[in-house]
Amino acid sequence: MATDSDVTEKLESYRSGPDERGHFGIFGGRFVAETLMPLVLELEAAYAAACESPEFQEAFDYYAEHYIGRPSPLHFARSLTEALGGAKVYFKRDELNHTGAHKINNTLGQILLARRMGKSRIIAETGAGQHGVATATVCALFDLPCVVYMGATDIERQAPNVFRMKLLGAEVIPVTSGTGTLKDAMNDALRDWVANVEDTFYIIGTVAGPHPYPAMVRDFQSVIGRETREQILSAEGRLPDALVACIGGGSNAMGLFHPFLDDPVRMIGVEAGGLGVDTDKHAASLTGGRPGVLHGNRTYLLQNDDGQINDAHSISAGLDYPGIGPEHSWLHDVGRVEYVSVTDTEALDAFQMCCQTEGIIPALEPAHALAHVRKLAPELQKDQIIVMNMCGRGDKDIFTVADALGIDL
Amino acid sequence: MTSQIRPDRLADTFVELAKMKRGGLVTFITAGDPDPTTSLALMKRLPQSGADIIELGMPFSDPMADGPAIQAASLRALKQGASLSQTLDMVSEFRTGDQRTPVILMGYFNPIYQYGTTRFVSDAVSAGVDGLILVDLPVEEDDELCDPARTAGLHWIRLVTPTTNDKRLAKVLQSASGFVYHVSIAGITGTRSASTDSIDDAISRLRAHTALPLAVGFGIKDPAQVRAVTASADAAVVGSAIVSEIKNNLDGQDRPLPTLLDNVCSLVSKLASGVRL
Repeated sequence: MATDSDVTEKLESYRSGPDERGHFGIFGGRFVAETLMPLVLELEAAYAAACESPEFQEAFDYYAEHYIGRPSPLHFARSLTEALGGAKVYFKRDELNHTGAHKINNTLGQILLARRMGKSRIIAETGAGQHGVATATVCALFDLPCVVYMGATDIERQAPNVFRMKLLGAEVIPVTSGTGTLKDAMNDALRDWVANVEDTFYIIGTVAGPHPYPAMVRDFQSVIGRETREQILSAEGRLPDALVACIGGGSNAMGLFHPFLDDPVRMIGVEAGGLGVDTDKHAASLTGGRPGVLHGNRTYLLQNDDGQINDAHSISAGLDYPGIGPEHSWLHDVGRVEYVSVTDTEALDAFQMCCQTEGIIPALEPAHALAHVRKLAPELQKDQIIVMNMCGRGDKDIFTVADALGIDL
Repeated sequence: MTSQIRPDRLADTFVELAKMKRGGLVTFITAGDPDPTTSLALMKRLPQSGADIIELGMPFSDPMADGPAIQAASLRALKQGASLSQTLDMVSEFRTGDQRTPVILMGYFNPIYQYGTTRFVSDAVSAGVDGLILVDLPVEEDDELCDPARTAGLHWIRLVTPTTNDKRLAKVLQSASGFVYHVSIAGITGTRSASTDSIDDAISRLRAHTALPLAVGFGIKDPAQVRAVTASADAAVVGSAIVSEIKNNLDGQDRPLPTLLDNVCSLVSKLASGVRL
């Protein structure tokens, strides 16, 4: 009988993808218009060259340390661990980064690449606004003009982040095409790129899009997993038993998981279950979707029978995307990573618990990861270790949470 | 080896156009826009209004290479329940009355991928489709649909753009058939227009690389532009202008006004005057 372990034995490494065409198994690829194809190839070559450049790596490390504030701490959540009564829970504190989320690891890497390539204009898409803020931030730092596409409905519900981007000098363009959400913001960013091929660099915010974006964003975010590995070895003298991270497009999870993929470490990605994966109001592409092609890659997508893309729903605007990075789709299909979902309500409960037990106001995105940690930790032994990625802080979400709890601020 | 289906309506059309010493007019509409009945009625009238080739858009929720006009057309069609199987039925219906006019399907890959590539290719051939334009399938992804479509005898209309450099051009043209579609601007549909000079230059460059007929599209809105483009190219493609005229003939609820068919066909006739003396 074939089991997952058979697949494991056949693969020498889970860390060798993608292949030269950008495929992780059947996922990934370069499904873009011919106008963009030469640019995508140029980007691939430029990124490969940057990877070989010590100067590029030095610049990344310098700004990661002095500007972002890396390494981020690995915090033993003692009170939470006691409250859950099972495995020891650690938080990788990427919410302490400059701008308050893991997003800036990636925007730093990409803007350094854009500079190497001589690009003079930056565009980005954003949902909750965290990636938009992280992009606007590095554009201010390096004095490059920045245009951020953001769904009109998201602009309304994320006013503080919109204002932050404007303070940082970015132009925020409301997207009303399609359904006016993150997927449409990505469509409009791609339309901008097609029309401004000479000077523009598109900073994609997650491990999705045409090759080389999924691999490149993963590489920039892998600083999370590399640090975690060193820190847990120093704290506990061994690798953790489980890693847990939330997943919208999946960049924080990919960054945490990737350095551990060939180790005997269990990994769990937590999708946003919204009102429940048996309803049509959720964002769980792996649990509730099937493979399709959108935004330059083949991956699991929320869609109808005719291949039209459905809207995603989550209380967390950052998880509100109908797709997922192609490498996650592959890791799901080969059985290396487990993917689960938690509902809006479970995330809200975990959000409050985190505030009260650890004195950390988490973003609603990692509150999803925490909701699963609450289920997992009691099932494990007290000497086992879970590391959860606290990928963003919750200041941006207090209005949403107050609203959901029926509190008038 | 690929075997072209017979009749090869596209090849026949370009031979015919060459005999008449005029350029061709390719007209784009979105299947099911604004509703299935009106869309089919319009499609049937396009040839008599002066369209030489019909490009039929397969509606998609996320048409990332299209401008506002064609995006809206897709959404209107989807709202009325448009689907890929309905698009294929529309072509079958059209073929019961017209065996001559080539029909090219244009769109994005995901609806076809969900339909099933093998099933789609076979149903498209049966319906009387002549060729395909897939915006998000560059030559790098030929094994997805281009190869099976060519094997089944469908033409694969390749898009060539201002960013397609000489090094890349040979590769892009390798699997092209039917005609080559020169995208005259780096951009989305229905926005800017290229200068006649830049189009002429691009056409000369392409002629040196391929013997296939050459069509030019993106930003072509009026008879004068159709005439200017077909001075060097073999055909001009008009999309957004026609789709906008459909929109101009809808009521507040996107229902067709009684004037729609006549007004759209009258626009097509005017555009067609650009390829006739």
